[in-house]
Amino acid sequence: MHVMYFTEQPMSAYPADIGLEFGATALMFSNKYYDPVAGSRLYNEYLEQYIYAEEMGVEGFMLNEHHNAPFCMQAKCNIFAAILAAVTKKAKIVLLGNPLPLAENPVRLAEELAMIDMISRGRLVSGFVRGGGQEQLANGVSPAYNRERFEEAHDLVVAAWTRQGPFRWEGTHYQHRVVNPWAVPLQKPYPRVWIPGVLSKETIIWAAKQRYPYIALNTSIEATKTIWKLYDEVAREVGYEAGPQNRGYLQQVHVSDSEEKAEKNARQFLWMQGEFTGLAHPVWSNPAGYFSPDFRRQFVEFAVGRAESPRGRPTFETQVADGRVIYGTPKTVIPKMRRILEETRPSIYGLWGNDGNVSNEDARTCIRLLGQEVMPAMREIGKELGLTDPFEADAPVHLRYSTDLKQMPQAAE
Amino acid sequence: MATGTDWTRSEVEVAGGKLHVARAGSGRPVLVLHHDIGSPDQLEFYDALASRFDVIVPHHPGYGKSERPQWLRSVRDVAVIYQSLLSDLGIERASLVGLGFGGWIAAEMATMAPTAHHRLVLVGAMGLKPPEGDILDQAIISYLDYAHAGFHDQAAFAHIYGDVSTDQLVDWDICREMCFRIAWKPYMYSQTLPHLLGGVKVPALVVWGDDDQIVPRSAGELYAAALPKARFEIVRASGHCIDMEQPAALARLVSSFIAEN
Repeated sequence: MHVMYFTEQPMSAYPADIGLEFGATALMFSNKYYDPVAGSRLYNEYLEQYIYAEEMGVEGFMLNEHHNAPFCMQAKCNIFAAILAAVTKKAKIVLLGNPLPLAENPVRLAEELAMIDMISRGRLVSGFVRGGGQEQLANGVSPAYNRERFEEAHDLVVAAWTRQGPFRWEGTHYQHRVVNPWAVPLQKPYPRVWIPGVLSKETIIWAAKQRYPYIALNTSIEATKTIWKLYDEVAREVGYEAGPQNRGYLQQVHVSDSEEKAEKNARQFLWMQGEFTGLAHPVWSNPAGYFSPDFRRQFVEFAVGRAESPRGRPTFETQVADGRVIYGTPKTVIPKMRRILEETRPSIYGLWGNDGNVSNEDARTCIRLLGQEVMPAMREIGKELGLTDPFEADAPVHLRYSTDLKQMPQAAE
Repeated sequence: MATGTDWTRSEVEVAGGKLHVARAGSGRPVLVLHHDIGSPDQLEFYDALASRFDVIVPHHPGYGKSERPQWLRSVRDVAVIYQSLLSDLGIERASLVGLGFGGWIAAEMATMAPTAHHRLVLVGAMGLKPPEGDILDQAIISYLDYAHAGFHDQAAFAHIYGDVSTDQLVDWDICREMCFRIAWKPYMYSQTLPHLLGGVKVPALVVWGDDDQIVPRSAGELYAAALPKARFEIVRASGHCIDMEQPAALARLVSSFIAEN
């Protein structure tokens, strides 16, 4: 069982009332409300929290990035990854991840990741994402080629990591007449790649075909089971039996030394999802061409206010009831974690501990209790349930390195 | 909208993809190129032109009922497809009438074949970086808000679209996706087109609504200045979609211009 600590790194020091009045705060909410003095303090607090998490026994730092939004102030996950690579010793640096379609030069991305892998002495897990709809607009990248760019940039990054240069790349979206980066990953054949996601079945199918672990981002237990059903079917089609080592989960879980304080802080998980400000603008979060054509009718109706978001906007109570939000003291939290582990059987587990305006002191208490009490219990439960993680299982980094395929894969990439 | 005009609709294969083409009337051939939000099948403006000319109204490749060419990457590609369409249909000396986004395509066609066409009409045309203001970015507003923004008087919008159905929204989304595939960056203009307009030999009519909130009038003035034989006209009480908002006034302007020798 591989357990990681995660925070969205909320830029909480902004006028929430003005944000609420403006509505959706991702993309167009003016950065005149951004306070770099508070930003400087928060970046350093979050770095200190990650470093503290390793001291408390966390095995992985999960990092992500978003753009133009107060809910996540990390604009480039490689920056934090590079710092943590230098100042920490043991924990894996898990990027979930770099938004590939936003890369105009995937070779440069491959170089950055190779440097992080070498500086960290082989601790990089290099997850990749499509990026949210707003991210495409914030970076001026056409949403209509999002998936094509995701797949081609992935292929180019992996080629830059694994093929001896110089070579030439003449793709649809990327053309590089000389690919020969003098920074290659320490880990062979290449750093593990994990793919996080929420809704798009295309991403689940793609991840399963690569044999990359899929990390379900805070989905309900039922939704998670649906994801594994699809993943397992695709895995069988390409010749392997998927198991816990292919399954990851990100969980909102806040632990404190009292139930009352835990609940109060856990409510901060919804600080951006309706209670404080609306997060996803129906148009900006779903630009044409970005979402799956299967959902076209639902998304156009959502865009003009005729329907709820197909992604849903559940209340705090609903999320507590269906297992998406867990809070309490270690004693009350551990049985709730057991239920998720038993029902969905992931071996990779991200603990999203703190959000919104949780104080630095409470965040550190949460990290201490997670690291010292909750995680050891989870590891025990993991052993009992046979939740072997990709490192323990020495799982192949990609389908092509499999030695156990039941048939030859066809068009796996 | 019931009309007396008899339109024939057919599929024409160009560059490996099927184009949906509507055609009616007789006389001088007129190719009408629709907006970025596609086009209703029936419009008073189309019928008015068809009462005097041989009018051809294709759906742009990837828009409406035309197949999407996956390879299509630029508006100039669309212009080449339409040059092929005219050739395949055996049409010579066509007049080009471009509406908004379609105006950009028409302008590209005119630069490709400077003497081949009879007349060039650009109505609220995209395609140039406006010297003042910007072309409205549909990526950050809803399908409905964008379509409404094309009209000065919302009663005219209601006359055309009525209560907008979900099917219509889906059609607009497909159009929008195509715009993002071929005109994303720079958004809705070409950096090279202004340098090529000087070679266009045919007379041009540039028409703008006096309340165009999609394409600033400065872009129209630039077209009129860059095209050697251009006239600039303003239509009063109209937004960007003059063809839908002031169809009779636009048809009069365009018809008399095309009828010239």
